[in-house]
Amino acid sequence: MIRIVLPAHLRTLAKISGEVELDVEGPVTQRSVLDALEARYPMLQGTIRDHVTQQRRAFVRFFACEQDLSHESPDVLLPDAVASGAEPFLVVGAIAGGLGLELH
Amino acid sequence: MSKVRVLVGTRKGAFILESDGKRQKWDISGPHFAGWELYHVKGSPVDPDRLYASQSSGWFGQLIQRSNDGGKTWEPVDNKFVYDGVPGTHQWYDGKPHPWEFKRVWHLEPSLTDPDTVYAGVEDAALFRTTDGGKSWHELSGLRGHGSGSRWQPGAGGMGLHTILLDPSNSQRMYIAISAAGTFRTDDDGTTWKPINRGLKSEYIPDPDAEVGHCVHRIALHQSRPNVLFMQKHWDIMRTDDAGEQWREVSGNLPTDFGFVIDVHAHEPETIYVVPIKSDREHYPMDGKLRVFRSKIGGDEWEPLTKGLPQSDCYVDVLREAMAVDSLDSCGVYFGTTGGQVYASADAGDSWMPIVRDLPAVLSVEVQTLA
Repeated sequence: MIRIVLPAHLRTLAKISGEVELDVEGPVTQRSVLDALEARYPMLQGTIRDHVTQQRRAFVRFFACEQDLSHESPDVLLPDAVASGAEPFLVVGAIAGGLGLELH
Repeated sequence: MSKVRVLVGTRKGAFILESDGKRQKWDISGPHFAGWELYHVKGSPVDPDRLYASQSSGWFGQLIQRSNDGGKTWEPVDNKFVYDGVPGTHQWYDGKPHPWEFKRVWHLEPSLTDPDTVYAGVEDAALFRTTDGGKSWHELSGLRGHGSGSRWQPGAGGMGLHTILLDPSNSQRMYIAISAAGTFRTDDDGTTWKPINRGLKSEYIPDPDAEVGHCVHRIALHQSRPNVLFMQKHWDIMRTDDAGEQWREVSGNLPTDFGFVIDVHAHEPETIYVVPIKSDREHYPMDGKLRVFRSKIGGDEWEPLTKGLPQSDCYVDVLREAMAVDSLDSCGVYFGTTGGQVYASADAGDSWMPIVRDLPAVLSVEVQTLA
């Protein structure tokens, strides 16, 4: 069982309160976790990864076990603690920095 | 008794304002989609409780929301906007070819006859359509493919398709406008398109009267006379009387002809409204005075409308999507500002009142006149 923590905007969109718990078939990677997440909550498609390229959106970050996994290959195995459910996989909206220009 | 529903898109959510036909007391609901940018919210002309909203964020991209009960509840529908075939390239700021990339939906235009059919104008500029209430979107790629697409170039605000006008007398005809490419027309339901920019002169492009490249900010028409279009260009107010074959300037005595919005009175096809903005360097009204200008003869001669509007120390902007009219007997006119006010006039512009004051910056205003 995989635990996923989503940012507030996406929890609201998917009508989720608290963590998401998912079973993932096969290797536990960013790709397999997000595929399972989007299969259960189709309205999240396109909000975390680009529809076409399946690349992480630029201002979305993936954290787990106090590590930034955002730049890992989507097919690299996630830490054992995530695969076992001991630690959650965090989907985070990046800090805007307060410039208020493009990012309002 | 008639009612009016005003749909307001802002930087931080959507708001719905409702009033009876007197338009003096307003009930406000929202924010809907709190914290997201709502570029546009618009209702179906044939089913006023069917609303569509363009919701986006720099973090999480584009969503489209649909309501079947006038905005009380919403459901996300398909948000996948994929260019048809190999997208190709357009000009980038440095003059080099740049691949077409979807960024957001600027404008949603529900069909005049079918609540499940909606057109979407997007950035990078393209036109999409759904015929199943938003469950799927498909590009009308003849627009980008008509020949000049590779020469289109974004303005500072991005290359968005921001205006879609459907001809009520001819289901095969529509007009669209793109910043900064210009205005285009189809006469075969979106299959093929032609640029209609003859008569426009833009000193900020290398060839001032080029076929494409003009920064058109908004176009508007009256339902009874769809061959007559009015335009707020980057600079210049323009009109055409032959469906865009030839434009002429009607800025006349305006103190400045830069601006974003333009709209037409619901019952008087020659009465038009603009909100002049000082310049493209200073996106605020002249002299700190927020003034709507009205022409009752289709341009050239304009009168300032100031009653109820701030006439000192006002430095808000009024963005391209942020003006609309209702169709009650005494035509109502509405506009929203980047300062978060929505002003309404229940007497065709003679007097104004803020119907809400402190919203986030207003991106769009649409009005529904309800039976």
